[in-house]
Amino acid sequence: MNYLTRRLLTFPLVMLGVSILVFVSIRLVPGNAITAMLGTEAGLLTPQQRAALEAYFGLDKSWPVQYGHWLMGVLRGDLGISVTYGKPVLDVILERFPLTLELALLSMLIALAIGLPAGIFAATRNEKPSDLGVRILAMIGQSTPNFVVGLLIIYILSVGFGVLPVMGTFTPFFENPLENLGQLILPALTLGFAFAASVTRISRSSMLDVLSEDYVRTARSKGVPALSVIWRHALPNALIPVVTLSGVEFGYLLGGAVIVEQIFALPGLGRMVLDAILQRDYALVQGSVLFIALNFMIVNLLVDLAYAVLDPRIRLGDR
Amino acid sequence: MGIVKAIFAHPSGRIGGTIVGLYILIAFLGMAGITPHDPLMQFRVDRLHAPNAAYWMGTDLFGRDVASRLMVGIGQSFVVAFASVALAATAGTVLGLAAAWFGKGWDGLIMRVMDVLLAFPAILLALLIIAVVGPGTWTSVMAIAIVYTPIFTRVVRGPALSLKTRDFVDAARTFGSSRHYILTRHLMLNLVAPLTVQVTLALAWGLLTEAGLSFLGLGTQPPASSLGLMLSDSRNLMETAPWLLVFPGLAIMIGILGFNLLGDALRDILDPKTRRAVA
Amino acid sequence: MKPLLSVSGLHVGFGRDPRANEIVHGVSFDLAAGETLAIVGESGSGKSVTALSINRLVDFGGGRITGGRIDFTRADGTAIDLAGASERELTKIRGGEIGMIFQEPMTSLNPVLTIGEQIEESFRLHRGLTGRQAKAAARDALERVRIPDAARRLKYCPHQLSGGMLQRVMIATALSCNPRLLIADEPTTALDVTVQAQIMALLAELKRETDMGMIFITHDIGLVAGIADKVMVMQAGEAVEQGSLDEILDTPRHPYTKHLLSAVPHFEAGRAARRDYSRPKTPATPALKVEGLTVRFPVTGGLLRRQTGAVHAVDGVDFDLMPGETLGIVGESGSGKSTTARAILGLVQPIRGDFTASSNDPAKPERNAVQMVFQNPYASLNPRLRVDSILAEPVVASGRKVDAEIKQRMEMLLDRVGLPRNALERYPHEFSGGQRQRLCIARALMLNPSVLVLDEAVSALDVSVQAKVLELLVDLQHDFGLAYLFVSHDMAVVERIAHRIAVVYAGQIVEIGDAAAILSDPRHSYTKSLIAAVPSIDRRREHFTLDTRQVPSLVRPLGFEPPPAEWRDIGADHRARLEA
Repeated sequence: MNYLTRRLLTFPLVMLGVSILVFVSIRLVPGNAITAMLGTEAGLLTPQQRAALEAYFGLDKSWPVQYGHWLMGVLRGDLGISVTYGKPVLDVILERFPLTLELALLSMLIALAIGLPAGIFAATRNEKPSDLGVRILAMIGQSTPNFVVGLLIIYILSVGFGVLPVMGTFTPFFENPLENLGQLILPALTLGFAFAASVTRISRSSMLDVLSEDYVRTARSKGVPALSVIWRHALPNALIPVVTLSGVEFGYLLGGAVIVEQIFALPGLGRMVLDAILQRDYALVQGSVLFIALNFMIVNLLVDLAYAVLDPRIRLGDR
Repeated sequence: MGIVKAIFAHPSGRIGGTIVGLYILIAFLGMAGITPHDPLMQFRVDRLHAPNAAYWMGTDLFGRDVASRLMVGIGQSFVVAFASVALAATAGTVLGLAAAWFGKGWDGLIMRVMDVLLAFPAILLALLIIAVVGPGTWTSVMAIAIVYTPIFTRVVRGPALSLKTRDFVDAARTFGSSRHYILTRHLMLNLVAPLTVQVTLALAWGLLTEAGLSFLGLGTQPPASSLGLMLSDSRNLMETAPWLLVFPGLAIMIGILGFNLLGDALRDILDPKTRRAVA
Repeated sequence: MKPLLSVSGLHVGFGRDPRANEIVHGVSFDLAAGETLAIVGESGSGKSVTALSINRLVDFGGGRITGGRIDFTRADGTAIDLAGASERELTKIRGGEIGMIFQEPMTSLNPVLTIGEQIEESFRLHRGLTGRQAKAAARDALERVRIPDAARRLKYCPHQLSGGMLQRVMIATALSCNPRLLIADEPTTALDVTVQAQIMALLAELKRETDMGMIFITHDIGLVAGIADKVMVMQAGEAVEQGSLDEILDTPRHPYTKHLLSAVPHFEAGRAARRDYSRPKTPATPALKVEGLTVRFPVTGGLLRRQTGAVHAVDGVDFDLMPGETLGIVGESGSGKSTTARAILGLVQPIRGDFTASSNDPAKPERNAVQMVFQNPYASLNPRLRVDSILAEPVVASGRKVDAEIKQRMEMLLDRVGLPRNALERYPHEFSGGQRQRLCIARALMLNPSVLVLDEAVSALDVSVQAKVLELLVDLQHDFGLAYLFVSHDMAVVERIAHRIAVVYAGQIVEIGDAAAILSDPRHSYTKSLIAAVPSIDRRREHFTLDTRQVPSLVRPLGFEPPPAEWRDIGADHRARLEA
């Protein structure tokens, strides 16, 4: 059976597992769900009110029944109501998603624009001083947590230039692109920093591997010029690990960059989840975690598609 | 010891090994309470004091000694990172070996469960676990361990599968060697190298995640000290007291750098593929 | 007349200090147009480095030319010293005037580009062809190397073709721009003998068609006879002897050349077969008897992975093996010879068939009666175990304690296979390939088996090491009364060790019997083509003919049973399967 078909077939299976895991973990929260939901105010409820609420939320049913209900709802696009926002969970999520998506795309763009050329450059200068320089920078970049990068950027801007970055608001790109980019460029740079470092490292090592392959030697024996050896013969083969890494990182970012959103006070998906956890808004936690996991898996599937485009052995074979 | 010699002969191993060694020493001192000052003692008169001879890295808003808190914080981060990585490596090794050895249905089941865990971005999975169990040091340990288990499972399963088809395992089967003998002598012994590399890199990641969770207020709880918490506290004071940002920031960065460098060096030394490339 | 290529005093080194790490120490030779020079040597002799220095590909592998000249006459008659040429000039010469083919066709073509794209590239670079013209030229190039259905193959990716086909594609690419010089670096080493013969025939034909000079690098001196005009023998980075083909083969002067010619097994059509054993006239108990051995691997298809057929890897194999006797099982890759061996050891599960092994020592359990030695001595010893643990493993597995007696046996066996006793405290990586294979043999003998299955046991070794291990095997056979099942693709090696031979083709034995009888008088058409394909120094200038027969597919529909074999008896101990 084809590799891609197999991936497509396991997709719903894993998604089902994810939904069970999300559902069960929320049920595992210690204490009564109503108490958890209403906090101290739950103490004011009469037993009758409590029972009525439990019946309303379906909490008097067994777990499998509750799960079935919830899953049917999810399939219809009904993720429940967020207690803190007083709105359907899906609406809350979709409000936050454009920012998260844009931030993820921008960071990936920055990472690939810096990392790929840097990695290829370093690979062709293997063991020379310029290669060493790139490697040291990439190592430092990969070892610096993004909250350190973010705080340093803010510190340098405020102390060095006396300006405070725009924070706390978000203008959609299509309303005012300039304002939008002004809000997102620093967070994107922060996220792109370590991301670019990883891309640099992986493209360098993958490129080095490929450059020592027999078929690269064959290309050289045919008189293919050095640049063409790299772009036409080596790069397509070297891209697979880069695509994998970028896909995974991008998928992570689609889940919201909690820490960077926190530092730059951005209303993104990550902070929403964090707040939902702190507020014990379990419908929102449950819905958004599922949403994020789905996104992550779709990105992984796209990565697999990219493999098939890049490598005919995957496209045609049955690996 | 051959491996220590090899690490110190490797340029990045030398730097990484030194950093890691130093940090382990600091972590021990911090955990043992051998610090310049009591990390919880509030020297009220010296609040937000810049670094000087008495307070090497200055003091914080409450007049606590930053250097002492940093040492304890490093100790704290190390405990979380080491404990979680040890758990993840153990669980991952058992699961990975089981998947590779039993194959078929077991392999499918174990790897699909790991796929489910991998379907969550790491930080989100950690957040979800914290949402269930509530924040705290041991929650961080558990969260980081669960996040890293699928990765160790994959790291073990891949090589275990290929080892299983190696000629020396076939040879063992022709002698009728027991399953226990093959698993321990032929598989585990040869998995030590890839596991060592992965453990080192996972420790770097564990430090990073612990700091991140504490930064968000979901890891170590105040007044205990941790690097992430210290950074989080520095946010509103960075203009007046930049040392609150700089020292913990550097401490995290250099620590992670140390493990990453050491991991790279170990990979070069232990991975036969790169070794061949060098030769 | 100026020679096409004149190499003088070539020195090549590697690494940071190429003068200190010199691999090639002053090699000189000339090559005229239309002439073929064979460079012969074992691994590490510097033969490949010498070849890669000519088109300066050695630069990309970390090498540097530290001395000497490489004078090459270009197509326009001008001369150039390639040792000092700029990368820009070299790019024009490579592919355009010097073509090259490599050892591993499977990895030497870019997996993400189609065959067509890779051949067209040469025409684009050196002939300026584009679009339809380039495509047509690529198709012509494929037809020139006798690839059937060339137009369709252009759209294939490398992984869709067999090794032999890929090597033809490599040749097509290398010859696309009619280079004046072709460098062939062990072009047939990775291929089966019959495929090797085809590639050799093709190279010889193409050489006749053009006036191209060729440098042919090989470790197999037997291969040289059919193709070379001149031979250069290399050892440890130096050319120890060079001369015309006949001079080198008939009157070698340098001891190493003599050693290569005498130590290396040459195929002698049965004349070199062993005569130290004859089958008992009266019926006796065989050491191993195999009846109707059948191994099939399921083939699944469709979404539900239902079984749609089976690979008939081994289809009804019978033979018996007497104590003290060697049965050589010969065949090419995919013939089922290794699967037969593995099934006997229980490494693959046969779906049918019986085998009975009788032990030397009636007191011992039967399952230890058969032991195996694998092909790759690097892969069959656990790198993390010390030699004493390695030798102890079979003993531990059989449930016995490792006591003083066992220690004694370990030392005795190490002595016997020619390794020092202190080897016990060392690790496998401290030994060479040949020594490791001796360790494997010692390990297999720990339990005093009656049958040793040797699966390509000397194939991974250098030629001169091969000869020594073969000698050792013969000695051990006499000392311990062992029966060998010797699986190999190499006819020359089998001739030295086997008393009897079974030829396997597509999972079935097609001819079996006395070794000398089969090798001197093969009857089955497959055995004939196999023997015809074996290179030999006796068959000088006797050109190989192209055979385009394809190996039949072993995948059969579900429930398919082959018709029972019908045999024709040729001699007292020689029979061949009747062909349809």
